[in-house]
Amino acid sequence: MRIKLLAAALASAGLFSGPAYAQVEIQWWHSMGGALGEALNGLANKFNAGQKDYKVVPTFKGSYPESMTAAIAAFRAGSGPHLLQVFEVGTATMMAAKGAIVPVATVMANAKEPFDPKAYLPTVTGYYTDQKGNMLSFPFNSSTVMFYINKDAFKKAGLDPNKAPKTWKEVVAAAEKLKAAGQQCVYTTSWPSWMHIENFSAWHNVPIGTKENGFGGLDTQFAINSPLHVKHISMLSDMSKKGLFTYAGRTNQGDAKFSSGECAMFSGSTGAQAGIRKAGKFEWSINFIPYHDDVKGAPQNSIIGGASVWIMGGKKPEEYKGVARFMAFLSTSEIQMEWHTGTGYVPITLAAYEMTRKSGFYDKDPGAELAVKQLTNKAPTANSKGLRFGNFVQGRTVIEEELENVFSGKKEAKAALDDAVKRGNEILRQFEAANK
Amino acid sequence: MEKRVVFRSAWLPYALVAPQIAITIVFFFWPAVQAVWYSFQLQDAFGLRSQFVGLQNFAALFKDGNYLESFRTTALFSVLVAFFGIAISLLLATMADRVLRGAMAYKTLLIWPYAVAPAVAGVLWAFLFAPSIGIVTYVLKGWGVDWNWIIKGDQAMGLVVIASVWKQISYNFLFFLAGLQSVPRSLIEAAAIDGASPPRRFWTIVFPLLSPTTFFLLVVNIVYAFFDTFGVIDATTQGGPGQATNILVYKVYHDGVKAADLGGSSAQSVILMFIVIALTVAQFRFVERKVQY
Repeated sequence: MRIKLLAAALASAGLFSGPAYAQVEIQWWHSMGGALGEALNGLANKFNAGQKDYKVVPTFKGSYPESMTAAIAAFRAGSGPHLLQVFEVGTATMMAAKGAIVPVATVMANAKEPFDPKAYLPTVTGYYTDQKGNMLSFPFNSSTVMFYINKDAFKKAGLDPNKAPKTWKEVVAAAEKLKAAGQQCVYTTSWPSWMHIENFSAWHNVPIGTKENGFGGLDTQFAINSPLHVKHISMLSDMSKKGLFTYAGRTNQGDAKFSSGECAMFSGSTGAQAGIRKAGKFEWSINFIPYHDDVKGAPQNSIIGGASVWIMGGKKPEEYKGVARFMAFLSTSEIQMEWHTGTGYVPITLAAYEMTRKSGFYDKDPGAELAVKQLTNKAPTANSKGLRFGNFVQGRTVIEEELENVFSGKKEAKAALDDAVKRGNEILRQFEAANK
Repeated sequence: MEKRVVFRSAWLPYALVAPQIAITIVFFFWPAVQAVWYSFQLQDAFGLRSQFVGLQNFAALFKDGNYLESFRTTALFSVLVAFFGIAISLLLATMADRVLRGAMAYKTLLIWPYAVAPAVAGVLWAFLFAPSIGIVTYVLKGWGVDWNWIIKGDQAMGLVVIASVWKQISYNFLFFLAGLQSVPRSLIEAAAIDGASPPRRFWTIVFPLLSPTTFFLLVVNIVYAFFDTFGVIDATTQGGPGQATNILVYKVYHDGVKAADLGGSSAQSVILMFIVIALTVAQFRFVERKVQY
């Protein structure tokens, strides 16, 4: 009798707990802290609530390099997450790690989830697509660099606050007036390499490196010591000497200098808007980044920053099905619009962009649309679809060190950029040898 | 009467030290051997492909002018950190040793910073000295000093030295205080009766008697400056501006942990290991002779 009862209890327990056991967990390591992390958790919760088969578990693993390092260490130890958010400069490293990753296109095709790469913004997908047109990682949070002005400071200096400088000539002219009006810090920038080398090159349609900025093969070389690059960095150096440009640091230190009202003009990520809205006690506007008007064809289009989600290798087929389902969920226009309007990152599908436009969101927040317009200003060329340099974490550090050597007066622009190319190429050769 | 404990057992002493040896092997020797092994290899980030390249990683480093420059930066940084760390804490310890009232409170407060993580210490000082919002920057501006370590290399060096020294003073202070308390009062009193001034008493009696402590701290502080300070650098200058504060251990951390270049990073850590071994041996051979036990 007792045995029968026990058996019945076991059977019923098995019956009821069955579906719970069948739920497949998908681990997602990411680097979105604070408000962005909450938005990301919101996406996962929505997905988990919408179906019963899979459960996405997001885990914050620190800064971009930290999560990448953690995932690499986990992979070497034979474990690790299914999904990993990797910043754009880590793209080439992930791409070269065949066997450690599975292309998004493959996972979607195997799971028979609908997937059309053409639905995505070309500048965004181009960055994460291989030569054959396969999308390798899923573009998740994409930003670009914009030009901000403090309208109050412009008014005070007798400048038209509704006419932000469009070219670098106009920037210098405005800077001189601002300086004369007693502005302490006139122009500053966040992410100097991303803005003044990488996006600068794309915006003027000149190569950052040979072989289509590295898309065409590992035997690429940097090309950032062209006369145009030298001219631009010399101009910044002159501005710096005259007190028209204040160097703020290698990452986003410029953001605070603008939002505190210290600097009147600023180039920084689209993501800087949230902070300016919160801290800025002045009228401001967001604009296209300036260009040199004597360069033919400029402005071209800007390139993205931010991160994409990579699918790691060595997992079970049913787990990949869940991953595919989640990627399809993330691509829906409703979710994209929610993410775009909530975080300030650009929408990654054309449909989501259309939907946001129709909703009237851009009437209230024109800056959000400007980023998309700048990214799609013209059809991307070989010089402006992005960059793919091996170990660009080190490469970017080298560029930033050499830029600092210019702004501190230690080196002339030409010598510094020549050295950046020389040192950068050594890193590229090292990467080529390690990934042959 | 024999006061020492003598183990008659053949295995017991080994069993008693075994845990310590096991920890040393797992956490010190094993990683060191692995670093040496990796330094001869060229690997991709995920360890999918690796090839034996002999001394190529080392050759690449010594060809790089910036890496050689980093030796000079490290030497300057270590000398500054060790010198100021020892000098300031010795001064504080002699002061604290003479305090009659509230001595405990002074001592506790001076020991506190040791509990702070290097990265936190770095952030703290970076805030105080921040180019536009820092309190110290504001005061310096009032004195007409243009403080901007973001772009001025020597100021950046000053900042990381201050943060690293501040962090280490507590540790040094503890040892000096203990050392001072073991200096016999009678010697100092005898000198005082003979008419020796306080500075004279300090330099001819106290300082020589403290020399074993000072020597120990010199070794420890040099090792600290070489190995433990990357947290401070990472939280403040990240090696910049240019390469002004790019000390050897920070480059090891940056290349290995942030940039996933294991071969190059391991080669650097092997070089660093040899430098510190050489320095320690040199200190024991040449400096220790002047120590009076």
